[in-house]
This record gives sequence, structure tokens and C-alpha cells, in this order.
Amino acid sequence: MIARYQTILFGVLLAASVAMGIVLWQLRERAHQRLLQGQDSAPTQAPEVAPAEPATLLVANDADNSLLSQVQTLPLPKDPGARARLILGKLMDLYAAPDAAHPVPGGSSSIAQVFLLPAPGLSAGITTPSSPAKTPEASGPQLAVVNLTGAFAASHPSGLEAETLTVLSICGTLHANLPRVTQVRFLVDGQPRPTLAGHADLTRTYLATDAVPTEGAHP
Amino acid sequence: MGPLESDRRFYPPPSQGGLIRRLCLALASFIVALGSIVAAQAPPVPAAPQPRFVVVLDAAHGGDDPGGKLDTQAEKAYTLSLSVKLRSLLNARGIQVVTTRESDTNVDTNRRAEIANHANAQACLSLHASQTGSGVHLFASSLAPAPPTRLPAWKTGQSAYVTRSLAMAGILNSALQHAGIAVTLGRTAMPTVDSMTCPAIAIEIAPDRAAGSTTKTGLDDPGYQASVAEAIAAAMLEWKTEAHQP
Repeated sequence: MIARYQTILFGVLLAASVAMGIVLWQLRERAHQRLLQGQDSAPTQAPEVAPAEPATLLVANDADNSLLSQVQTLPLPKDPGARARLILGKLMDLYAAPDAAHPVPGGSSSIAQVFLLPAPGLSAGITTPSSPAKTPEASGPQLAVVNLTGAFAASHPSGLEAETLTVLSICGTLHANLPRVTQVRFLVDGQPRPTLAGHADLTRTYLATDAVPTEGAHP
Repeated sequence: MGPLESDRRFYPPPSQGGLIRRLCLALASFIVALGSIVAAQAPPVPAAPQPRFVVVLDAAHGGDDPGGKLDTQAEKAYTLSLSVKLRSLLNARGIQVVTTRESDTNVDTNRRAEIANHANAQACLSLHASQTGSGVHLFASSLAPAPPTRLPAWKTGQSAYVTRSLAMAGILNSALQHAGIAVTLGRTAMPTVDSMTCPAIAIEIAPDRAAGSTTKTGLDDPGYQASVAEAIAAAMLEWKTEAHQP
């Protein structure tokens, strides 16, 4: 015969176990919901609609080894690095078009990143008396580091003219839209690479003025 | 009176000072005689030696580096065949040629420049081929001209020769246009050319497309190849003439 107090104790413990199981189940559900909510909110942020602005592109032409200035209207962000990447992406889209005068596959995804840094050199630390409040970083010349994708370099047509025009059009386009960019360096997948596709040197620092067509370039 | 007696009368009577004078005279006449013998045995001095004129031909790519893909062959094969053809044409014109490669081997970029620099050449031509563009593309180094130095930096050795390289590009341009071949001129950054300490031009041969039409003379056309090679050889002969002018 089971004592009465033991029956009551068993009933209380059973009720407590069931209650604890229910609480535990609810906590698990809440944690699951929190995780799902966290995953949803992490990468998505609605982009601001930037106003359309004119951008100057120096478009290469294989037929006469020239760079032609072309103005396109694009929605451009305020951040200079993102701005440079978008403009270069548009340039690469033109080259990827079927009727391009300088056909290069890849399109806008060929430009992985563009970093803007203070340019090394004498003029980097010079401030003019008219703008004493500006720091050298804010007003001095800049070095643009263009990180290309490996797929772009691998699919780029091999040739002195083709590779040189691609490099110079990138340098010229950057300087035309961001005049403080005076020097440009290139990386491929974040690493230095000897040449673009076997010819044009990617290890050197290019001066933006290299892209200006020289006298006698068109015989 | 014999000649000996006459000689005796000419010279003063022997004394200590006279003996020394006679010894000096004998020594002087011995030296003069020795000098005339040596001069008679020495070879004749050439009037003005012709300066050495060497052209370096650098057939780009090779071995496991095929270069660009052309219609029917790789760029490495095309540049090698052009190099062989040009060497024959230049040799026939009395121009000494040094090549960076004679077979399908991979020659390092720095090694190519080393060969050119050791040759002490008056012209260095880096030969390339491409399917893009039209005609012949002539590229000089994009380095800024700089005065020559005793120990130039390896990567910018060409900077002391950029002005002469541009002059040579002008001669090549004239010769190719005279042969009816379209030419585009440009500047580029290319490791091999930038390290060469000689007037250097990168020559890229592309199909000859008629302006405004899709028809073209392909790279494999023997007539086109021959006319390009002949024009380059003629330009080198003219460059040699200019180089030897005072």
C-alpha cells in the first residue's frame, strides 16, 4: 500500500516535469525564431537610390589604338571607392557588349574592388594656404588599387595592344572621374600578377597621365 | 784623301767631353734605326674601322608559354618563324643578328633582356602577334626619358634609350607605311622592353583589315608576312645608316 504523501509527492513531481518540459519546448522555439530572424536581417539592407550623374569613360578602340571619351549617366554613390567600382563596372559592361570596339568578356563583375589610398610621393603631404583646414589625406593625390577578378584576367584577349588599351582606359577613366587619383596599381584576386594576359606589366604603378593619348599616337 | 780622313777632320780631337758626345750620337742613331725596323714590321693602321651594328630579335613567348591564340597557330610559333625570316633578311643586308631563342623553349623575361644587353646592340626588336587590331602595332616603352647612368636600375634600364627608341619607331613606321601596311604607334609597359639598354621596340603583327570592311589579310598569308619582314629589314638598314652618321 502506497502512502498518501508519496502519491501526492509523485503527482507534484509529475506536474513539475510536464511544466518544465513545456517551458523548455517554448524556450527552444523562441531560440529558433531568434536565429531565423538573425539570418534574415544580416545582409539585407535596402540600397539608397542615388541620383543619376554624368560619368566620363575613356573607351578603347582596337581599330586605331585610341581612347575615346564618352559620357554616361549613372546612379553613383557618394563613397569614392564604391563610385570608382561602379564607373569601372560600366566601362567593362561596354567592353562585354557584342559590338564592342574593344571586346573583353567579363562585364561589371570583373572589377572586384577599388581601394583609394594616399599616393606615395612628395606632393602627398603638401597643403595649400587657401585650404589649411584640409588634411593631406583629404586633399592630396590618391593611389587607386584596382582588384580585378581572376576570371577577367584569364579570359582577357592576349596581345600588346589589347592589354595596354584595357589598362590605360581604366587609368584614364579613374582620373577623369576622380581627379585626385594620380596613380593606379593592379591586383588580380588580391594578389600581384606579372602581366594581364602575357604582355602588359601589372607590377608597376601607372601614372594616370599615361592614359592621355600621346602626340603621334595616330599616324 | 779618303772619306775616313775627312771624318777625322770633321770631329774634334778625342777628349773626355767629345767621347761622351760621340757615345750619345751613337745611341741616338741606334734608337732611330730600331724604331724604323719596328715600324717596318708593324701592320698598317686601318683608316677608320666600321662600327659594329647588332640587331637583337626577341621572339616572344615559347615553351609552356604559348602567348595569344591565333587563327591556326600559337603566338610563340608565329614569332619564332618571323624571327628566323628576319634574321635571314638582316644577315643578307650585312647586319649582325642576335636572337633570344632559336627553338620552342621558354626564355625568362629577365634572360631575354640580359641577352639583349650583353649583345650591346643598336636595335632590339621584341616580336609579337595578335588577332586584335589591324596592321602592325609599334610600341615603345612608356618610361619617361632619363639621362644615362653608370648603373641603371634593372626595371627602368630603357629610360635612357626611350628617345632613340621613339626615333627608331618613326623609321619603322615610315618603312611599313611605304610597304602599304597600316601602322599604329603607342607606348606600353612591358617588362622585357623596359629592362633593355638599347633602342627597343615591341612589334605586334595583326591581320591587315581594310578600313571600313570586314575582309582581312590573315597572319598566315605568306605575302603579308614577307612584306612585313621586308619592311622591317629595310627599316633596320636605314637605322644602321643613321646610326653610323657622325
